[in-house]
This record gives sequence, C-alpha cells and structure tokens, in this order.
Amino acid sequence: MGNKQTVFTHEQLEAYQDCTFFTRKEIMRVFYRYQDLAPQLVPLDYTTCPDVKVPYELIGSMPELKDNPFRQRIAQVFSEDGDGHMTLDNFLDMFSVMSEMAPRDLKAYYAFKIYDFNNDDYICAWDLEQTVTKLTRGELSAEEVSLVCEKVLDEADGDHDGRLSLEDFQNMILRAPDFLSTFHIRI
Amino acid sequence: MAQPLAFILDVPETPGDQGQDPSPYDESEVHDSFQQLIQEQSQCAAQEGLELQQREREVTGSSQQTLWRPEGTQSTATLRILASMPSRTIAASIGRSRGAIISQYYNRTVQLRRRSSRPLLGNFVRSARPSLRLYDLELDPMAQEEEEKQSLLVKELQSLAVAQRDHMLRGMPLSLAEKRSLREKSRTPRGKWRGQPGSGGVCSCCGRLRYACVLALHSLGLALLSALQALTPWRYALKRIGGQFGSSVLSYFLFLKTLLAFNALLLLLLVAFIMGPQVAFPPALPGPAPVCTGLELLTGAGCFTHTVMYYGHYSNATLNQPCGSPLDGSQCTPRVGGLPYNMPLAYLSTVGVSFFITCITLVYSMAHAFGESYRVGSTSGIHAITVFCSWDYKVTQKRASRLQQDNIRTRLKELLAEWQLRHSPRSVCGRLRQAAVLGLVWLLCLGTALGCAMAVHVFSEFMIQSPEAAGQEAALLVLPLVVGLLNLGAPYLCRVLAALEPHDSPVLEVYVAICRNLILKLAILGTLCYHWLGRRVGVLQGQCWEDFVGQELYRFLVMDFVLMLLDTLFGELVWRIISEKKLKRRRKPEFDIARNVLELIYGQTLTWLGVLFSPLLPAVQIIKLLLVFYVKKTSLLANCQAPCRPWLASHMSTVFLTLLCFPAFLGAAVFLCYAVWQVKPSSTCGPFRTLDTMYEAGRVWVRHLEAAGPRVSWLPWVHRYLVENTFFVFLVSALLLAVIYLNIQVVRGQRKVICLLKEQISNEGEDKIFLINKLHSIYERKEREERSRVGTTEEAAAPPALLTDEQDA
Repeated sequence: MGNKQTVFTHEQLEAYQDCTFFTRKEIMRVFYRYQDLAPQLVPLDYTTCPDVKVPYELIGSMPELKDNPFRQRIAQVFSEDGDGHMTLDNFLDMFSVMSEMAPRDLKAYYAFKIYDFNNDDYICAWDLEQTVTKLTRGELSAEEVSLVCEKVLDEADGDHDGRLSLEDFQNMILRAPDFLSTFHIRI
Repeated sequence: MAQPLAFILDVPETPGDQGQDPSPYDESEVHDSFQQLIQEQSQCAAQEGLELQQREREVTGSSQQTLWRPEGTQSTATLRILASMPSRTIAASIGRSRGAIISQYYNRTVQLRRRSSRPLLGNFVRSARPSLRLYDLELDPMAQEEEEKQSLLVKELQSLAVAQRDHMLRGMPLSLAEKRSLREKSRTPRGKWRGQPGSGGVCSCCGRLRYACVLALHSLGLALLSALQALTPWRYALKRIGGQFGSSVLSYFLFLKTLLAFNALLLLLLVAFIMGPQVAFPPALPGPAPVCTGLELLTGAGCFTHTVMYYGHYSNATLNQPCGSPLDGSQCTPRVGGLPYNMPLAYLSTVGVSFFITCITLVYSMAHAFGESYRVGSTSGIHAITVFCSWDYKVTQKRASRLQQDNIRTRLKELLAEWQLRHSPRSVCGRLRQAAVLGLVWLLCLGTALGCAMAVHVFSEFMIQSPEAAGQEAALLVLPLVVGLLNLGAPYLCRVLAALEPHDSPVLEVYVAICRNLILKLAILGTLCYHWLGRRVGVLQGQCWEDFVGQELYRFLVMDFVLMLLDTLFGELVWRIISEKKLKRRRKPEFDIARNVLELIYGQTLTWLGVLFSPLLPAVQIIKLLLVFYVKKTSLLANCQAPCRPWLASHMSTVFLTLLCFPAFLGAAVFLCYAVWQVKPSSTCGPFRTLDTMYEAGRVWVRHLEAAGPRVSWLPWVHRYLVENTFFVFLVSALLLAVIYLNIQVVRGQRKVICLLKEQISNEGEDKIFLINKLHSIYERKEREERSRVGTTEEAAAPPALLTDEQDA
C-alpha cells in the first residue's frame, strides 16, 4: 500500500478487488505474471484499458499450466471468445476462480464447463471418455475406459438421461470434500 | 406398414430451415400450432400411446444411455419447445439463489451472442451437432433480452447490503468484465435521489453519509486483509511443495503451520500474564547462579533451573504489593501507580484460560473441518469422484504430473478390479483365513505397544532406584533417549507386520496404521505420566518436583527433535542413496505422511503436558517446529517422491485435527486437571508452596473477596453455587447429551429425505424422456403426412411429365 503503482487507477484496483478474490498485492502479482508472458504485447499502463490479448500458446506455456492435461480447456473456458486467447480480465478471472478463496459452487460451475468438451451444457459419454483418456494419458484400454464412464454415469446421473447436467455435477461435487483442495492453482 | 422406429433416426430438416437460422416468427407459429396438433392427434392418441409404451418398455430393458437420443436427431420443432422449458429459463428454484440463476442465464445469452460471431478452436466432432442453444437464437430481440437480464441482475445487487453485494458479485459465474460493469451500474446512487433533490433533503444527506461510511469501512477491511496476508510466511515454499508433491504432502506442512499458530497463541498469553510480571519483579535467588555449560540445551537443568523457564522460580506472593498490607507480604517495594498482582492466582488462571481458549479453538476448527469433509452418503460415487476430483491442479512439474496420471490410472484399475471382485465373492474359507491373519497382526501390534509401555515402566523404576550423582547430568538423558528410540522403532515393526495383512482398501490400511501408532504413543505417554505424577512426586519430597517434571518434558522435546533429525537423515537421505546406488531402483523413498503427522502431534502433546510446569515450553516448541519445517522441506525436495496411493487430503486434515483434539489435547487436559486438583505442590518452590493443592489458590482468593465487602459478593456466590456444586455440572452435561441426541435424529431424518428426493428426480427424468419421445413421434408423423400430401399433389399436378419419363424409360 505504501508503494505507488502506475499500472492501474485507484478505481480500477478497487473494482478488481471487489470482483475477484484477490487483494491489491495479489492483483499486482498476477498482472506482472501476465506481463511476463508477453512483454512486448502487454503494456505497463492499463489506465486506458487497452484491448490486449495474449495468445493461447503463451498462456499454455506458463509453468502453472504447462503440465496440466486440461490446460487447453481451461484457457478456452475462461477466454472471451472460447478460443484460448486471454485478456487481462480473463487471466485474473481464471486465477481468482482457481484460488483457494473461491466458493465451491463457483468452482463446480467452471469445472463443469472445463469437462464439457463439446460445449453443449451437458457432460455426455463422449466428454467423459475424453476426460478419462486425458487423466490416464491414454493408457487404459478402450474397454476399461467405457466401463469407467458407465460407472460414473450410474453414480452421478440423477435423472437418468444418460448424461450429467450441471445440477448432477454439483450434487456429486457436494459429496467430494476434496474438490476444493484439488481444484486449486496457486500463483 | 408402420415400421418400428430405430433409435438413431436421421430426420432431415424441413427445407425452410436448411442453412438458415430460424427467425423468431417460426417460434410463435410453432407455439400456436402446438394446440392444434394436440387436438389433431388426440384421435389416434390411444393407439400411438400403446405403440410408444411398448417401445419404452423395450428401451428400459436395454442400457440407460440410449434412452436419450442425441439432440441432432430430433426435429427442430421439438428442439424449439425444449428450449422454452422452464428449467432453461429464469426460474426461482428451491434452494438456489435467484442471483445465481439469473447470472447463469445471462451468461448463456451473452456467450451465445459471442459464439455466433466466431467459431470455436479445438475438438469439433462430427457427431456432436451444434448445441441446443443455437436454435434459441433470437437475433433481433437478442440485445434487448440481454439488457433485460442485466437490469434484473443490477436490481438484485442493489437490493443487498454492500458486503453481501460484494460477496454475491464475487460468487457469480460471470466474466470479470461483466462483473465490473454490473458493479458500476449498481454503485450509482439510486434514481430517486437524483430525481428529487428537494424532498427529504436531510434523509438523503444521512443516507449518503451512511453510504460513504460503509464504503470507507469496506476499503479499510480490504487493507486489513492484505496486511494480514503479508504476514503468512512460506508462500513460495508451500507452492513449490504443492507443485511437486500434491495436496496430500502439502497437508502435513499446513498442519505444521496450524500447530505454530496454536503455540504462538499459548506463548502470547503466558508471556503477557505470567512471565512478564515475574521478570519485572524478580524474586531473590536461593544461591549463586550455577555456571552455564553446553549441556543445558539438552538437559534443561543447570543454569536454566532458576529462571522464568520453570515453575520453581515464580513467587507465591502478591507482586507490587503496597506496603503495610498484612496478608502475604514479602516484597515491599511499591511503585507509584502500580497495581498489586496476585502471582499464584495469575499463574493458575492464565494456564486455565489459555487451555480453555486452545480447547475452544481446536473444537471449532475440528468441527469446521468435519463439516466440510463429511457428507451424508459420501461413500457412494467413488468412480465419479475419482474421475472429477482427483486431478490435483496444483501439480506443476512434468514428472509429478506424469506420476499423478499413473496414480489415477492405477486407482481406476483398482476400482474396476474391486468391483469385479465384489461380483465374485470370496469363499468362506478365504474370509476366515483373512480374519485370522488380521486378528493375529492386531494382537502382535497391541502386544508391541504393551511391551514398550512395560519397558518404559521398568526402565523408569530403575532410574528412580539407581542413585544419581550430582555430576551425572548426562544420566538424565537416558530415559528420553530410550523412549524416543522405542517411539521410532515400534512403528517400523508394525509396518513390517502390516505387510502380512491382506490389502483390501488402501485408505483403510492408512487408518489402521495411524490407529496402531497412536495406541503405542498413548501407552508410552500414559506410563510416563504415572511415573511423573505418581512416583516422582513421592520420591522428590522436600525438593522441587515440579521443576524436575518441567525439565523432563524439556528433555523429551529436545530428544524427540534430535531423533527426528536422525530419522530424516537415515530414513530418507541414506535410504535414497542406497536404493539408487546399491539396489539400482529409480524410485525414491516415499514421504510417510501419517507417521510424520503423528510425530508432530506427539511433540505438541508433550508441550501441553509441560505448560503448567514450564511456561516457556511453547517457545521451545515454536523453535523446534520452525527447524522441523526447514529440515523436512529440504529432505523432501531432495530425497523423496510423492506417495503412490492417492490420498484424500481433506479427510486426512480432519483426521489430524481430530487426533490433535481428542487423544492429545484431552489427555493433556486430564493430566493438568489431576495435577491441579489432586497433587500436593512442593513446599519449597513455586507459587503454590503453602497450599494443599494448586486449586486452593482460587479458593483463597474467593475467601479474600468475601471478606472484602458486599460489592463483589456475586463472585463468591457464583463460585459456591455454580463451580463447587456438582448439580450444575450434571445439568449442563444432561443438556449437552440431549442436544447431541436431537442432532443425530435430525441427520437421520435428512438422510431419508435425500433418498426420497433422489427417487423423485429419477422419476421426473424418466417422465421427461417419455414426453420428449412422444412429442418427437407426433412431429415425425406430422412431417410424414406433410411429405406424403406434397408428394400426391405433385403427382396430380404433373402426370404428363411422369408419363413421358416412363415412356422414355
């Protein structure tokens, strides 16, 4: 609070603090990480709200994301146009949701969107197969993958329509207290 | 001629819809014609219904997944109707906040607008037709609807208080840019202020002032939060550990941080109320101070003896007593404006209050963690939880990530194997054998624990019997060393024995190992407590036995630390070197979380046991914990790898806190209560030297208050009727039991309700699918009729052309 920063106006910082789960220091830290990704592209002065997007290739090469099999989906879900290229707002939003102060419902909502590969607002069997394949690096046999998907649908599908809606997913997350600690990225 | 419909039916779209987004006009047409349709079809409804029911019966016989046709195969009319179902529009669902629903719907409409302009990157499978939402395109009123939803959200936000507004804003699943615009809109002063400046001038002024105050407090709160966050140390270290080893190993270090916090709180209270005053008014020393050799750091005796570190140093008088008071005058050095400070009372009540505060904090954190981690019906759904909740997003290294993927694969394979095994149950003989082996291993482990306790008892008796020369200070270290070695070696033995057991569930294995280790430690600590309070008090009559017990606990703490260092060195570093060089294995040793956490709990129990006799012991524990953190971190990063079994990190945290509260803290509290109520303090040292029990200091003070006058008579009354009277304690216990029983019944009732609701959801789902299929078949028939009608009119219109064709052919 003592050091003067010229990146954001006071109102901008306050708005960020109110709309994310970050404090001033953390917002500045996240900003400098964003700036580090593309120093030529990202200006050091955001008071004029420049329209800058860092391409997905650079986002996906961040140390926090580069070994995550779901990094492409994460970037797609949080980016504005669903293509993986993120503005500073998208970037802050992503790390705010993945921080440890975000509530369970919010995390469950975004986790649902990440695992919904075809963006049809339902996790169908195909989405599940993609998830399991990415989780196991493709080392389970096709039969095992389909068996796992079947058991998952058996357990989590409440209205028995063969796919998971957001409510089914949230109900399942409520029964998994671990979710809050695993769906968490530190920056 | 009616052929049974196949499930995957490719219904071609009507020519009007080909390649064009449907306009809003079609929708209203569809809605109007729906009524008509029902009337038309009502005649053949019975026959249709029968046919459909037959098909449904066939369907329910087969697997559930084919119940739902992929959306691309349904007619556009059906899709339009589905799009206007209440669950996909704004609806005040029970149990969900209106704001959440509105914001979700708003999110969908905004994304829809964006999606229509740019295609998606990535996987675009042919069979997954574009989402249902795209058929809901209402291009012209789109922007208007968005405005409508946004104004609804803004109104929702404005109706809340500022703190709640921020909370709701943060929790909304919207993008950051939209949240900022919502925040701007909801922060502008309300219309009525701007519109009517004259009316209610004072009220609006007050309101604006209040609003400004609230905003100022809000910024202050934010500033405080960032200051508090700056105090949390080790952020980068914890991030590195989490990145390389995952949440489970991280939970050990977070537990260590929690223990540091507890000890800091304890130390603060003790320094402020006991050590501070005593240091300000030091008593006369009994003799010349002994020379400090290096051995004090290990034994705690020697030149540490007559310092604020131990009980014996504290005076039993009222400090800063004004001269002339006949009560227990010893020092007569009044200071101007100073308050008299009753040391015995302060000592007793500070220890009591700090234990009470620790108890409340522990129970609260344990209950909070338990509430987070326990769920009704949480044992089912293990496959879904493994798939969706087991990937640890904290892991950032390539090797750790690959390890995690291997772990998940192994876990899934194990789950599938378990499921198959359950379908082929084991024979009775096999189960008997399993039970026998289990019983034998348990017996051996319990025998080991008992044997260790006996060994400690025999050895401590031996130490009492053998004469200790004055110069043999090092002999005092033998008992702690023996106990420490037993504590270290016996769990290894139990682990070897556990390898003989059949492994059914890996999580159960861990719990059983923790249980056995805990029983061992409890047995040893129980024997030691008997040795100190039962035997040493008798042997050291006439000397300061409290000092001796305080020093013993200090020695135990230090020896525990030394042995932990050695264990880390040999268990991790040397083992890694051996396994890499000699055995040529690529696997590093695993970090044994359970054993390490139990060691932390053991150290904390020793601290709590010793607080009464050595008020500076929490400071020693803090230094020890800091060193342990750095040593363990270095060893972990250099020598270990992440555990094989995927750990339920949050369950484990709850278990650790519960273990800290129940056996550890409760045992220490019982020890403290026994020492305060039953044991006679030594008559040569300490603040209670003239009393029969330590608790009498309180009684003496109450009697003094009674004599003081009627103004404070309520305190002796409270003491006599509430604290000394056992009836009150019985009443409170009975009330607590009744509350606990009621809560158990409530939970049972809730479980029943959950079962019923699940059934209801399942039934509703089936109803929905039935209705959708029926709707689909109705539209299909309508289209078929249309096509056949069009076909016959075409035939009637152009017979000559056909005839010429036929002639040609």
